[in-house]
Amino acid sequence: MPNEIEAQVAELEKKIKLLQKNQPKDQISIIAFSGDLDKMLAAMIIATGARAMDTEVKMFFTFWATAMLRDPKKTGKGKDLMSKMFGFMLPKGSSKLKLSKMNMCGMGTSMLKVLMKKKRVSSLEELLAIAGELGVEINVCEMSMDLMGFKREEMLDYPNLKYVGVGSYLADADESRIQLFI
Amino acid sequence: MTTEELKNIKADFVVDARGTACPGPLLAAKKAIGEIESGEIMEILSADEGTKHDIPRWCDKVGHEYLGFADLDSYTRLFLKKA
Repeated sequence: MPNEIEAQVAELEKKIKLLQKNQPKDQISIIAFSGDLDKMLAAMIIATGARAMDTEVKMFFTFWATAMLRDPKKTGKGKDLMSKMFGFMLPKGSSKLKLSKMNMCGMGTSMLKVLMKKKRVSSLEELLAIAGELGVEINVCEMSMDLMGFKREEMLDYPNLKYVGVGSYLADADESRIQLFI
Repeated sequence: MTTEELKNIKADFVVDARGTACPGPLLAAKKAIGEIESGEIMEILSADEGTKHDIPRWCDKVGHEYLGFADLDSYTRLFLKKA
Protein backbone atom coordinates (compact mmCIF):
# COMPACT_ATOMS: atom_id res chain seq x y z
CA MET A 1 0.00 0.00 0.00
CA PRO A 2 2.60 2.72 0.92
CA ASN A 3 4.32 1.99 -2.37
CA GLU A 4 1.12 2.65 -4.22
CA ILE A 5 0.67 6.01 -2.48
CA GLU A 6 4.27 6.95 -3.22
CA ALA A 7 3.72 6.17 -6.89
CA GLN A 8 0.56 8.26 -6.90
CA VAL A 9 2.36 11.20 -5.27
CA ALA A 10 5.15 10.96 -7.82
CA GLU A 11 2.59 10.90 -10.61
CA LEU A 12 0.82 13.96 -9.20
CA GLU A 13 4.09 15.86 -8.77
CA LYS A 14 4.88 15.19 -12.40
CA LYS A 15 1.49 16.49 -13.47
CA ILE A 16 1.80 19.64 -11.32
CA LYS A 17 5.21 20.38 -12.83
CA LEU A 18 3.79 20.03 -16.32
CA LEU A 19 0.86 22.31 -15.45
CA GLN A 20 3.21 24.91 -14.01
CA LYS A 21 5.31 24.82 -17.14
CA ASN A 22 2.28 25.36 -19.37
CA GLN A 23 0.90 28.17 -17.21
CA PRO A 24 0.82 31.45 -19.17
CA LYS A 25 3.26 34.10 -17.95
CA ASP A 26 2.41 37.56 -16.66
CA GLN A 27 2.78 38.75 -20.23
CA ILE A 28 0.67 40.47 -22.88
CA SER A 29 0.98 39.87 -26.58
CA ILE A 30 -0.26 42.63 -28.87
CA ILE A 31 -0.56 42.44 -32.65
CA ALA A 32 -0.36 45.94 -34.11
CA PHE A 33 -1.99 45.60 -37.52
CA SER A 34 -4.18 48.57 -38.47
CA GLY A 35 -1.70 51.44 -38.53
CA ASP A 36 -4.52 53.88 -37.70
CA LEU A 37 -3.52 56.70 -35.38
CA ASP A 38 -6.30 56.10 -32.85
CA LYS A 39 -5.79 52.35 -32.73
CA MET A 40 -2.01 52.60 -32.48
CA LEU A 41 -2.40 55.10 -29.65
CA ALA A 42 -4.55 52.57 -27.82
CA ALA A 43 -1.98 49.83 -28.47
CA MET A 44 0.92 51.92 -27.17
CA ILE A 45 -0.99 53.12 -24.10
CA ILE A 46 -1.86 49.53 -23.23
CA ALA A 47 1.73 48.42 -23.86
CA THR A 48 3.31 51.10 -21.66
CA GLY A 49 0.61 50.72 -19.01
CA ALA A 50 1.27 47.00 -18.91
CA ARG A 51 4.97 47.61 -18.18
CA ALA A 52 3.93 49.86 -15.27
CA MET A 53 1.87 46.91 -14.02
CA ASP A 54 5.02 44.75 -14.17
CA THR A 55 3.65 42.77 -17.10
CA GLU A 56 6.01 41.73 -19.89
CA VAL A 57 4.98 43.09 -23.29
CA LYS A 58 5.55 41.53 -26.69
CA MET A 59 4.34 43.53 -29.67
CA PHE A 60 4.15 42.14 -33.18
CA PHE A 61 3.95 44.82 -35.87
CA THR A 62 2.50 43.58 -39.10
CA PHE A 63 0.88 44.92 -42.28
CA TRP A 64 -0.17 48.61 -42.15
CA ALA A 65 1.28 49.10 -38.70
CA THR A 66 4.85 48.48 -39.90
CA ALA A 67 4.78 51.94 -41.59
CA MET A 68 4.52 53.49 -38.14
CA LEU A 69 8.01 52.27 -37.30
CA ARG A 70 9.62 54.04 -40.27
CA ASP A 71 12.04 56.81 -39.38
CA PRO A 72 11.09 59.95 -41.36
CA LYS A 73 14.74 61.01 -41.39
CA LYS A 74 15.97 57.81 -43.04
CA THR A 75 15.56 56.36 -46.52
CA GLY A 76 15.89 52.84 -47.86
CA LYS A 77 18.17 52.15 -50.78
CA GLY A 78 17.81 49.88 -53.79
CA LYS A 79 14.01 49.78 -54.04
CA ASP A 80 12.18 48.75 -57.21
CA LEU A 81 9.40 50.90 -58.69
CA MET A 82 6.53 49.20 -56.84
CA SER A 83 8.34 49.45 -53.51
CA LYS A 84 9.08 53.11 -54.15
CA MET A 85 5.39 53.73 -54.89
CA PHE A 86 4.31 51.90 -51.75
CA GLY A 87 6.89 53.75 -49.73
CA PHE A 88 5.57 57.03 -51.09
CA MET A 89 1.89 56.24 -50.42
CA LEU A 90 2.29 54.79 -46.94
CA PRO A 91 2.82 57.02 -43.89
CA LYS A 92 6.46 57.69 -43.15
CA GLY A 93 6.55 57.24 -39.40
CA SER A 94 4.17 57.55 -36.46
CA SER A 95 3.53 61.27 -36.93
CA LYS A 96 1.95 60.65 -40.33
CA LEU A 97 -0.76 58.20 -39.24
CA LYS A 98 -4.41 59.11 -39.74
CA LEU A 99 -7.53 58.53 -37.68
CA SER A 100 -9.64 55.49 -38.57
CA LYS A 101 -12.76 57.64 -38.23
CA MET A 102 -13.44 61.34 -38.81
CA ASN A 103 -10.19 61.95 -40.62
CA MET A 104 -11.90 64.46 -42.92
CA CYS A 105 -8.91 64.92 -45.23
CA GLY A 106 -6.61 65.27 -42.25
CA MET A 107 -8.67 67.90 -40.44
CA GLY A 108 -9.95 65.44 -37.85
CA THR A 109 -6.46 64.10 -37.23
CA SER A 110 -5.06 67.63 -36.75
CA MET A 111 -7.90 68.48 -34.39
CA LEU A 112 -7.28 65.37 -32.34
CA LYS A 113 -3.59 66.22 -32.05
CA VAL A 114 -4.46 69.72 -30.78
CA LEU A 115 -6.88 68.20 -28.27
CA MET A 116 -4.31 65.65 -27.12
CA LYS A 117 -1.81 68.43 -26.41
CA LYS A 118 -4.42 70.39 -24.52
CA LYS A 119 -5.46 67.38 -22.46
CA ARG A 120 -1.82 66.37 -21.95
CA VAL A 121 -2.18 62.99 -23.62
CA SER A 122 1.20 61.66 -24.78
CA SER A 123 1.77 61.61 -28.53
CA LEU A 124 2.49 58.41 -30.39
CA GLU A 125 6.16 59.47 -30.72
CA GLU A 126 6.41 60.03 -26.95
CA LEU A 127 4.71 56.72 -26.24
CA LEU A 128 7.15 54.90 -28.52
CA ALA A 129 10.09 56.46 -26.67
CA ILE A 130 8.59 55.53 -23.30
CA ALA A 131 7.92 52.00 -24.53
CA GLY A 132 11.58 51.66 -25.48
CA GLU A 133 12.70 52.84 -22.06
CA LEU A 134 10.31 50.48 -20.28
CA GLY A 135 11.42 47.46 -22.25
CA VAL A 136 8.36 46.89 -24.41
CA GLU A 137 9.59 44.31 -26.92
CA ILE A 138 8.80 45.18 -30.53
CA ASN A 139 9.00 42.53 -33.21
CA VAL A 140 8.36 43.40 -36.83
CA CYS A 141 6.86 41.05 -39.38
CA GLU A 142 9.60 40.34 -41.90
CA MET A 143 7.07 39.42 -44.55
CA SER A 144 5.23 42.76 -44.23
CA MET A 145 8.56 44.59 -44.53
CA ASP A 146 9.24 42.71 -47.72
CA LEU A 147 5.73 43.16 -49.09
CA MET A 148 5.66 46.92 -48.49
CA GLY A 149 9.22 47.22 -49.68
CA PHE A 150 10.56 48.68 -46.44
CA LYS A 151 14.27 48.36 -45.77
CA ARG A 152 15.70 47.79 -42.31
CA GLU A 153 17.88 50.89 -42.61
CA GLU A 154 14.81 53.12 -42.83
CA MET A 155 13.30 51.88 -39.57
CA LEU A 156 13.33 53.60 -36.17
CA ASP A 157 16.21 53.20 -33.74
CA TYR A 158 14.11 51.24 -31.28
CA PRO A 159 15.99 49.18 -28.69
CA ASN A 160 16.30 45.51 -29.73
CA LEU A 161 13.96 45.83 -32.70
CA LYS A 162 13.69 42.36 -34.19
CA TYR A 163 12.43 41.09 -37.54
CA VAL A 164 10.56 37.86 -37.14
CA GLY A 165 7.92 35.60 -38.63
CA VAL A 166 4.54 34.36 -37.50
CA GLY A 167 6.14 31.52 -35.54
CA SER A 168 7.78 33.95 -33.13
CA TYR A 169 4.49 35.75 -32.60
CA LEU A 170 2.71 32.45 -31.92
CA ALA A 171 5.37 31.34 -29.46
CA ASP A 172 5.07 34.68 -27.61
CA ALA A 173 1.27 34.55 -27.68
CA ASP A 174 1.30 30.97 -26.46
CA GLU A 175 2.97 31.99 -23.23
CA SER A 176 1.00 35.25 -22.75
CA ARG A 177 -2.03 35.67 -20.54
CA ILE A 178 -3.52 38.50 -22.59
CA GLN A 179 -3.83 38.68 -26.37
CA LEU A 180 -4.85 41.69 -28.41
CA PHE A 181 -5.20 42.36 -32.13
CA ILE A 182 -5.33 46.08 -32.85
CA MET B 1 -7.92 55.41 6.53
CA THR B 2 -10.28 58.35 6.77
CA THR B 3 -9.89 61.37 4.53
CA GLU B 4 -8.81 63.45 7.55
CA GLU B 5 -6.09 60.94 8.43
CA LEU B 6 -4.93 60.85 4.82
CA LYS B 7 -4.71 64.63 4.63
CA ASN B 8 -2.34 64.63 7.62
CA ILE B 9 -0.06 61.92 6.26
CA LYS B 10 3.54 62.97 5.74
CA ALA B 11 4.72 61.20 2.60
CA ASP B 12 8.37 60.22 2.20
CA PHE B 13 8.17 60.90 -1.52
CA VAL B 14 5.75 62.94 -3.59
CA VAL B 15 5.22 62.30 -7.29
CA ASP B 16 3.58 65.12 -9.16
CA ALA B 17 1.90 63.57 -12.21
CA ARG B 18 -0.65 66.34 -12.70
CA GLY B 19 0.83 67.23 -16.08
CA THR B 20 0.02 63.89 -17.67
CA ALA B 21 -3.03 61.93 -18.71
CA CYS B 22 -3.45 58.14 -18.74
CA PRO B 23 -1.11 56.20 -18.50
CA GLY B 24 1.18 59.02 -17.25
CA PRO B 25 0.40 58.89 -13.53
CA LEU B 26 0.73 55.12 -13.45
CA LEU B 27 4.08 55.28 -15.27
CA ALA B 28 5.23 58.05 -12.92
CA ALA B 29 4.24 55.99 -9.87
CA LYS B 30 6.01 52.93 -11.20
CA LYS B 31 9.17 54.95 -11.86
CA ALA B 32 9.11 56.65 -8.46
CA ILE B 33 8.51 53.50 -6.43
CA GLY B 34 12.13 52.56 -7.11
CA GLU B 35 13.26 55.73 -5.34
CA ILE B 36 11.84 54.80 -1.94
CA GLU B 37 12.49 52.07 0.62
CA SER B 38 10.11 49.35 1.72
CA GLY B 39 7.64 50.66 4.32
CA GLU B 40 7.95 54.26 3.17
CA ILE B 41 4.92 56.22 2.02
CA MET B 42 4.53 57.61 -1.46
CA GLU B 43 2.06 60.27 -2.49
CA ILE B 44 0.91 60.64 -6.08
CA LEU B 45 -0.69 63.84 -7.33
CA SER B 46 -2.94 63.28 -10.32
CA ALA B 47 -5.47 65.32 -12.24
CA ASP B 48 -6.58 62.25 -14.18
CA GLU B 49 -9.81 60.74 -12.82
CA GLY B 50 -8.92 57.23 -13.92
CA THR B 51 -5.86 57.19 -11.67
CA LYS B 52 -8.11 56.77 -8.64
CA HIS B 53 -9.10 53.38 -9.97
CA ASP B 54 -5.76 52.43 -11.50
CA ILE B 55 -3.42 52.98 -8.54
CA PRO B 56 -5.31 50.65 -6.16
CA ARG B 57 -5.39 47.95 -8.87
CA TRP B 58 -1.66 48.41 -9.45
CA CYS B 59 -0.93 48.21 -5.70
CA ASP B 60 -3.05 45.09 -5.48
CA LYS B 61 -1.15 43.46 -8.31
CA VAL B 62 2.41 44.31 -7.31
CA GLY B 63 1.87 44.08 -3.56
CA HIS B 64 2.09 47.63 -2.21
CA GLU B 65 -0.39 48.75 0.42
CA TYR B 66 -2.89 51.26 -1.00
CA LEU B 67 -3.86 53.73 1.71
CA GLY B 68 -6.50 55.78 -0.11
CA PHE B 69 -7.05 59.10 -1.80
CA ALA B 70 -8.05 62.63 -0.89
CA ASP B 71 -9.78 64.82 -3.48
CA LEU B 72 -8.79 68.44 -3.81
CA ASP B 73 -10.33 71.07 -6.06
CA SER B 74 -8.44 70.32 -9.23
CA TYR B 75 -6.52 67.15 -8.46
CA THR B 76 -6.35 64.06 -6.28
CA ARG B 77 -3.73 62.96 -3.72
CA LEU B 78 -3.23 59.21 -3.61
CA PHE B 79 -1.24 57.41 -0.92
CA LEU B 80 0.46 54.06 -0.74
CA LYS B 81 3.00 52.22 1.37
CA LYS B 82 5.76 50.37 -0.47
CA ALA B 83 5.88 46.63 0.16
